[in-house]
Amino acid sequence: MPAHLSARLCSLALSLFLIAFALPAFAGPFEDAVAKFANDDFSDTEEAIGVVAGSGNKLAFPIISALQDSRLMADPDSKKVYVTGADGKSIDAATGEAVASVPDSASAVRLNNRLRRSVDAALGSLTLQSPDLSTRLQAAQSVFKSHEETALEAVDAALAKETNRSVKTALGEARAAILLFKSDATEVEKLEAVATLKARGDQEALALLTGMGDQPTSVTKAAASAIGSIQNSLAIWSMVQNAWYGLSLGSVLLLAAIGLAITFGVMGVINMAHGEMVMLGAYTTFVVQEVIRTRYPGLFDYSLLIAVPLAFLVAGAIGVLIERSIIRFLYGRPLETLLATWGLSLVLQQAVRTMFGPTNREVGNPSWMSGAFELGQITITYNRLWILLFTLAVFAILLAMLRYTALGLEMRAVTQNRRMAASMGIATSRVDALTFGLGSGIAGIAGVALSQIDNVSPNLGQSYIIDSFMVVVFGGVGNLWGTLVGAFTLGIANKFLEPVAGAVLGKIAILVLIILFIQKRPRGLFALKGRAVEA
Amino acid sequence: MFSKSTHDIAASFSRRGVLAATAGLVLGLASLTGAKAADDTIKVGVLHSLSGTMAISETTLKDTILFLIDEQNKKGGVLGKKLEAVVVDPASNWPLFAEKARELITKDKVSVVFGCWTSVSRKSVLPVFKELNNILFYPVQYEGEESERNVFYTGAAPNQQAIPAVDYLMKEEKVKRWVLAGTDYVYPRTTNKILEAYLKSKGVAQEDIMINYTPFGHSDWQTIVADIKKFGSAGKKTAVVSTINGDANVPFYKELGNQGIKAKDIPVVAFSVGEEELAGIDTKPLVGHLAAWNYFQSIKTKDGSNEKFIKDWQAYTKNPKRVTNDPMEAHVIGFAMWIKAVEKVKSTDPDKVIDALPGIEAPNLTGGVSKMLPNHHITKPVFIGEIKGNGQFDVVWKTPGLVAGDAWSKELDGSKDLIGDWVGKKCGNFNTKTNKCLGSGS
Repeated sequence: MPAHLSARLCSLALSLFLIAFALPAFAGPFEDAVAKFANDDFSDTEEAIGVVAGSGNKLAFPIISALQDSRLMADPDSKKVYVTGADGKSIDAATGEAVASVPDSASAVRLNNRLRRSVDAALGSLTLQSPDLSTRLQAAQSVFKSHEETALEAVDAALAKETNRSVKTALGEARAAILLFKSDATEVEKLEAVATLKARGDQEALALLTGMGDQPTSVTKAAASAIGSIQNSLAIWSMVQNAWYGLSLGSVLLLAAIGLAITFGVMGVINMAHGEMVMLGAYTTFVVQEVIRTRYPGLFDYSLLIAVPLAFLVAGAIGVLIERSIIRFLYGRPLETLLATWGLSLVLQQAVRTMFGPTNREVGNPSWMSGAFELGQITITYNRLWILLFTLAVFAILLAMLRYTALGLEMRAVTQNRRMAASMGIATSRVDALTFGLGSGIAGIAGVALSQIDNVSPNLGQSYIIDSFMVVVFGGVGNLWGTLVGAFTLGIANKFLEPVAGAVLGKIAILVLIILFIQKRPRGLFALKGRAVEA
Repeated sequence: MFSKSTHDIAASFSRRGVLAATAGLVLGLASLTGAKAADDTIKVGVLHSLSGTMAISETTLKDTILFLIDEQNKKGGVLGKKLEAVVVDPASNWPLFAEKARELITKDKVSVVFGCWTSVSRKSVLPVFKELNNILFYPVQYEGEESERNVFYTGAAPNQQAIPAVDYLMKEEKVKRWVLAGTDYVYPRTTNKILEAYLKSKGVAQEDIMINYTPFGHSDWQTIVADIKKFGSAGKKTAVVSTINGDANVPFYKELGNQGIKAKDIPVVAFSVGEEELAGIDTKPLVGHLAAWNYFQSIKTKDGSNEKFIKDWQAYTKNPKRVTNDPMEAHVIGFAMWIKAVEKVKSTDPDKVIDALPGIEAPNLTGGVSKMLPNHHITKPVFIGEIKGNGQFDVVWKTPGLVAGDAWSKELDGSKDLIGDWVGKKCGNFNTKTNKCLGSGS
């Protein structure tokens, strides 16, 4: 008898087992939804994402994540959908069975921005309990962004199990975001949610609070006060942010101008071809990256480090060549120098245009130059940070060189009093050539850095030449410290004016201010004093 | 016998012209000497900057016309004569455009000119074309508000690019808040004026529109991107409509990518970013951002016309990676229309060709047939493409049929009653309310 019973139970279990597995294999909401991926219609895809994500089927996660990486292939003819893995193996998305190969007629299911948001939201609620910490954090953040009611259960479940503090906070915020928009949430829950968002205190919290729509009066009141306090703290942060942007712009101005501070500031040559030296530096970076891309792809992250000395040599050598062949005949004739170097800048531009073509060249950002990190409520991008540090390093090295090396001493001697320096046995014409080469070489280094934030095109230099002259004249001709202070002053002033006046008017205002300033102090911020001025 | 040998001479000269043209500056001279020796060719002027800031965009269009002429000559030319390109370089210098246009028409006696990119260069050559009565085919999307007897506009008018793009964002992405960002010159300013009026007519409030202009070649986008981020955090879906000019786009997109603004958060739809512009940047961070054009290289056609064009073009330029773009397609359509009009009236006389052009149809490269309208604009399909990781576009939306170009915007008070009609009314700015032609001037 017991044997009989157990046999019955067995068969029952077997049939249940069969039902459980066989049924989904034919028709069900899940399979219908999966088939919709093959329609190549954005609305159908969106519907399918919703159904699949909410199905609780264990294939949901592989399907949605494949969709995100365009690994979900759909055959429009047979309406079959496949998940292809990174390892080349594929499974049938509806049944989970392995398939030998995906038919050629299948193509990746297409996404648009709206669908990418749905995918993020779906993946968010599916990965809230992932063993990986960063995945969990990301999941909590995408649920926060989408704040769909359907995710509430998953968030609560995850919250109960979560042990990590930062993920817990993120989950709490996601929960608050959902509750704020949930129509049947109690007033107490909503008030709590407002408090949580207030504590978060960033722009996204602000966005949720301002966009939450009709709420009970007590909630509206609490939200209004939360909005006020967030806005106050953001206003302070935006001052900090402007200051940082100003420093960053100042560092770019300084970098472009240091070379000119030598050729124009120290030597007095009105060098209109300065911008083209910057451009040559940028093109050197491009060539270095091209070689690395084709020959040594592993070195890509070091490409800028390799490009810096090369750019210095290329631009410096061309600088020496220009000085020896043109400029040395024109000392003391500023108008002719201006015209000759301007003509030279056109020649260099067209030469580069002929060699490399008129279109922009792609200079990639190494991984350490891309992206950003958050500091409080402001975003600091790595490329700007590195450029600031790089500029200061170049400035320090240049200063040390002029101060402590024999060449630096000779340079200062020649520019201060040429005849006396010559009588002391200094080969002035050699020093002239080297000084001009140094200025040009530094402009070349600037080109390496600027290639990271601007277009590498034959016109690159033109956009910096005016700014560079502005900085040098404003800072005081012949004074490197003046150039430093001038660049940062202009950068910060520009960035505080820009939000108020707009980019175009801001730039005009800066120019007007400089003109007025030069009227008052013709020699700039830091005028050279004493006999050197007359020489 | 005699005529055959002159044909050969003509052919060899035009081939020489083509070869030299790709070589660089020398070409102007070479094809000029060619022009003098061979009298029974039809001369086609090419007025695109080959040096200076605009060379980046215009050089490709010069190559396009040379390619089209080459193809046409392989088919035997037109009216039994070979075509011959006369290439000049206006060097991105607006007054020089007028000078070079005059030189092309009076000295080289060209029958038609394909050229210009910026609106200001077009405005600069307009008086010359009117005075000397010649034909200009203008291939670039522009701000509209113009219809001239001597100019044929094969690029998009605002209602063929900007308005459909905004419609798409409203319907598909449910955008409620708008940033109109542009470079500070006539095209962005006029387009944004039209868009602002259009958005308001759709019930968008003033505080939900932010307009921002930047100088040419702007490279420090930190503040503006931060502003966009702030503007986008008002709890409503936000999008950026960008009329930022070609070159400044690269640092703009880089800054967007670095500050972590993804297309799914705040999409940017651009009107001046095409395959050519994307060729200079790493497009990974831009995936999902949008562009609105009448042509994309990635468009598949049933008859294979786009695929064939791309293949022939890459073979002609001997560069298997050379991309195609929207203004190139405009030149393809314009060139085909001009050939058809010349064949129809059996003459290259500008007056006859101008009268023959409206109504002429020519296939575009996306599988449809474009038609020249009485206002000298053409019908075009409008596509919205999403940037893909490989620098190409994935078409996510297109207009159901072809859209007729409006010379005068229906959204602006000053121009909504105006039409251009060079067939019936013989007028570029006819006021339908007062039934009067406003006469010369745009």
